[in-house]
Amino acid sequence: MDVHEYQAKEILASHGVDIPPGTVAFSPDQAVYAATELGGSHWVVKAQIHAGARGKAGGVKLCRTYHEVQQAARDLLGKRLVTGQTGPEGKPVQRVYVEVADPFERELYLGYVLDRKLERVRVIASKHGGMEIEEIAKNTPDELLQVIVEPAVGLQQFQARELAFQLGLNIKQVSRAVKTIMGAYRAFRDNDATMLEINPLVVTKDDKVLALDAKMSFDDNALFRRHNIVDMNDPSQSDPREAQALEHNLNYIGLEGEIGCIVNGAGLAMATMDMIKHAGGNPANFLDVGGGASPERVATAFRLVLSDRRVKVVLVNIFAGINRCDWVAQGVVDAVRAEKIEGVPLVVRLAGTNVEAGKKIIAESGIPIIQADTLAEAAEKAVAAYKGAK
Amino acid sequence: MSILIDEKTPILVQGITGDKGSFHTKEMIDYGTNVVAGVTPGKGGKTHQGVPVFNTVREAVRETGAQASITFVAPAFCADAIMEAADSGVRLICSITDGIPAQDMMRVKRYFLRFPKDRRPMMVGPNCAGIISPGKAMLGIMPGHIYKQGVVGLISRSGTLGYEAASQLKALGIGISTSVGIGGDPINGSSFLDHLVLFDKDPETKAVLIIGEIGGPQEAEASAWIKENFSKPVIGFVAGLTAPKGRRMGHAGAIISASGDSAAEKTEIMKSYGLTVAPSPAEFGSTVAKVLQGA
Repeated sequence: MDVHEYQAKEILASHGVDIPPGTVAFSPDQAVYAATELGGSHWVVKAQIHAGARGKAGGVKLCRTYHEVQQAARDLLGKRLVTGQTGPEGKPVQRVYVEVADPFERELYLGYVLDRKLERVRVIASKHGGMEIEEIAKNTPDELLQVIVEPAVGLQQFQARELAFQLGLNIKQVSRAVKTIMGAYRAFRDNDATMLEINPLVVTKDDKVLALDAKMSFDDNALFRRHNIVDMNDPSQSDPREAQALEHNLNYIGLEGEIGCIVNGAGLAMATMDMIKHAGGNPANFLDVGGGASPERVATAFRLVLSDRRVKVVLVNIFAGINRCDWVAQGVVDAVRAEKIEGVPLVVRLAGTNVEAGKKIIAESGIPIIQADTLAEAAEKAVAAYKGAK
Repeated sequence: MSILIDEKTPILVQGITGDKGSFHTKEMIDYGTNVVAGVTPGKGGKTHQGVPVFNTVREAVRETGAQASITFVAPAFCADAIMEAADSGVRLICSITDGIPAQDMMRVKRYFLRFPKDRRPMMVGPNCAGIISPGKAMLGIMPGHIYKQGVVGLISRSGTLGYEAASQLKALGIGISTSVGIGGDPINGSSFLDHLVLFDKDPETKAVLIIGEIGGPQEAEASAWIKENFSKPVIGFVAGLTAPKGRRMGHAGAIISASGDSAAEKTEIMKSYGLTVAPSPAEFGSTVAKVLQGA
């Protein structure tokens, strides 16, 4: 799960990381009020969306007057912001963050990530903040500073101090940077984050170290114990179909093709998509109904897949393990009847336990379902049905 | 022979009295698996599915000599259950549980390091279908009847895609020595490499099929090792050629993040290290058959 910049900063601040004074606003008037309350003479108004690269896309505006603050908020709120990371449809801006803009001397990079290979938290820092980490890694790979955290004891002060000195900070700045590095680590650990990025981390003339921008992602598997994070969820930032799928505990990802897929198991779902491509078609979605594939889940899956107007054919591929094909087949037949699916060719491939009984139920249902025995046959028939329908 | 488990391996079930634990314990026993004990804190002294239940793993191991365990424990408590099994001397821990927080798994893996190498437990999963040595024993939730006993070792991250492969092989009359589902989470108990080492030493296994997914470094790591060390033919496949970058595909592990993680890149890596790559997921069986004929 992702959160907004202002939410990530709230979390960081509660763990001792210094941030510039700022307030979230939902309307232009609120933005102006925020600026008056914050004081100062310059403010930035930043679109709050779950994507980076906002600056280049015009999502971050520097303002010198209250009027400019109001204008900036008016320009951003209610629009969809398209950045290099959002895809062509962009993300809706429903909140802006108004922050005091003070000058700074240096821009650094500080990141934390769960390293799958090492099975440890990796801390990454660089003198060259303010640009994408991919760029930093490409332009100045030798200057990328890294520390691996030993999980039994956590990040140690000396590790943070080493990083701070390597960043070229003076002694006064070092003690503040150590506080930041340690605090951000605790924010990462204590909230089950999978990624935390402070970019840039800035150093001011009076030796303050401040998180100017922050991104955090959290482990979905740990949300059961992170109610504070769940409360920060903003469903407006996800694809509505994906949000709907999540409500039903289905794994759905919308794609660009025409053949809707309903499959049990993530690996088999990906393989089914690959097979469709192999047969000359394009999958409309990734959908994993889970190992169980109960009739209710299959029915929900049908509704979800058919809500995508691009879908011209539906392919159901279920490998029944512990559940049985006859049960899954009945679920498919019931769902087709209940959802009144017409005009969309339906290809069903069942395999595994009680496959013959399952096929019989489908054959005798009177519904024009195209049956397939193998994965290859299913994909070929789905693509053929699409080409026939077109 | 087979790897990890056979019909003699004494097995304990953690979370035996829950719905899933209960159901799959019966399935495993019906398959011929030697289930000797169950553990559910607070239910000690009872008998469930004909198996004695204990309050702690330590007690179960002491009383029954169990050597392998399978966990049907809720995600919030599963890391604890795995460490309990490790501390009680269980040598093989198979975790079916889906949804264990990554930081919990990080702690589990760190905890394992306290054991010297020769006594360190092997962990399979989490979020996997388990292990089956066809015709001998099943430590998992797979449908046993789709596996035929034979000479191919199978390692798969995905459960159902592993079923797909097993049934394609069976349809061609090809059997499996042992099938291991290593699971789709970002941090696994064991990797392709850990099981390849065991298949290398197993005289019954003539070839190995490894089925990977997008995301993570372990397919590349295994392929490099195979080129230098493995004496038997290996067939590979990576699911997710059509997966868009930067998106999570169900398994927490199946996420494309950095370069070298995509299915196309991993497939190229496999080829460059001399693996035979199945051209599509519909050709697991035919590709393995061709390789076996050539071997």
